Amino acid sequence: MSTERVVNDGIDTAEATRDLMGAERQALEHHDTELEIAPTTAAAVPLKRRGSRGGIANWGPPVAVAVLIVGLWYFVGSVVLEPSKSYLLPPPHEVFAVYFNPKVAPDMYEALWNTAVVALGGLFIAIVLGIVWAVAMNQAKWIERSLYPYAVILQTIPILALVPLIGFWFGFDFAARVIVAILIALFPMVSNTLFGLQSVDAAQRELFTLQRSSRWIVLKKLQFPAALPAIFAGMRISAGLAVVGAIVGDFFFQRGTPGIGALISKYQARLNAEPLFAAIILASLFGVVVFWFFGWFGKRVVGKWYDFA
Amino acid sequence: MAMTDSELATTSTLLDFQNVQLTYPNGTIALSGVDLTVKRGEFVTVVGPSGCGKSTLLRIASGLESSSEGISTVNTKRVGYVFQDATLLPWRNVRANVELLAELQWETQAVRREKAQKAIDLVGLTGFEKHLPRQLSGGMRMRTSLARSLTLDPELFLFDEPFGALDEITREYLNDELLKLFVEQQFAGLFITHSVSEAVYLSTKVMVMSGRPGRIVDTFDVPFPMPRDPDIRYTGEFAALVGEVSHALREGHGA
Repeated sequence: MSTERVVNDGIDTAEATRDLMGAERQALEHHDTELEIAPTTAAAVPLKRRGSRGGIANWGPPVAVAVLIVGLWYFVGSVVLEPSKSYLLPPPHEVFAVYFNPKVAPDMYEALWNTAVVALGGLFIAIVLGIVWAVAMNQAKWIERSLYPYAVILQTIPILALVPLIGFWFGFDFAARVIVAILIALFPMVSNTLFGLQSVDAAQRELFTLQRSSRWIVLKKLQFPAALPAIFAGMRISAGLAVVGAIVGDFFFQRGTPGIGALISKYQARLNAEPLFAAIILASLFGVVVFWFFGWFGKRVVGKWYDFA
Repeated sequence: MAMTDSELATTSTLLDFQNVQLTYPNGTIALSGVDLTVKRGEFVTVVGPSGCGKSTLLRIASGLESSSEGISTVNTKRVGYVFQDATLLPWRNVRANVELLAELQWETQAVRREKAQKAIDLVGLTGFEKHLPRQLSGGMRMRTSLARSLTLDPELFLFDEPFGALDEITREYLNDELLKLFVEQQFAGLFITHSVSEAVYLSTKVMVMSGRPGRIVDTFDVPFPMPRDPDIRYTGEFAALVGEVSHALREGHGA
């Protein structure tokens, strides 16, 4: 535990390298003393992180920008816009009040929940499919050659063009929305996982070859762990995209339980500015939270040995 | 390649290359007519310029590549291989990295633990078991890599320029540690380097290789007794031998 703390304590790299030799000698002479570990550790680790000390330096600037945006919002709404057009930009506190309005808020939260189920369900399926797809391609060059072009096509076809077809096949309900989320979120999982699996160092692989390890063991003990940082980076991108996919799905497939996207299009049609803003902000916050969660999750899993940005 | 146990007991030649040649499909001759033996208690170093094919010797000896002509025989199953880089798995701490090879040989947890601890103690990393590779210096990473190979209890130890990336002082320390291990463990060593003084200091025999095609151009027996006194490096005899080897190297290189 204490070593982790040492790692995070910013000591500059030049100093670290200067101390390196000394550390080596220390390691030679006192390798059984627990006390020697900390200085050696601090000296030996290349330190790349910055601003990890927390506090005001970290969250101060974004909060300042948020205050600025809210200020600008008030300014435009009350000073720039003519009173007859002020409905285009309702003041922030009125938008905020919507979240506590018993007539509107419960519907909105329920819709967000429905969208969340679609997004996370789609994301989960995309993660599983993407990893399986990439692992399959990694097993043989001919599989990669056969399947990779389709991963790229998946990325390049405009999903909106497929939307009518998806509705045609799967109905205009929950299933169709999940499929949109999967289609949008799948490619980053495939490409990141494949990249991660292939990033293994040749000598590390030979280390396993020399022990006559099976393909499965190499995948399990070498390639998959080595790919984890890339997989988590892919998950974070896919998570954001799955939310986008779910909301796009909401717009087009409004049968069954409505999602937040359906509410947004309803409020827009009725010129209901305050709930419209509230719903948009809610949907955005959800996207941010999902993105942030996967960043946090990735850092938790691989942060100890990899600088997960 | 491998011999039966009874044969093993009677032979002391652990590695035997006879007229080994390696020609790549594009016609490039990487190795040409290499004869080389390493016996138990011998530490043979091959020194040569980069790209002369000296690492290829190790790759053939370990089975990572096979020769196109000639006979290469390895008379043991216990072969250690230390790569140019430490090749540690960054997500495993020192102990788990050292346990890896035993793990790949399906040893039980208890056996793995015991072998790893013994090797960690041998290379002087006691107390660092829970450190991750990123928390270690280059020299300590190399020790970890060395410890990992030691868990195989190798009879034949192959080293592919393991200390090439380290600074001079660390390298000298690790040379001494390696010699200590050699004296204690009594393996047969085949060491690849491009440093002449390292070659002379470590070995019982130095072979000079030249490139294109890779071939052995000269062999020197190193007369200094084991275990070696670090100060031997500053004696006249040592300097004279280093001079001879360097000379052979330069001649073979055609410079």
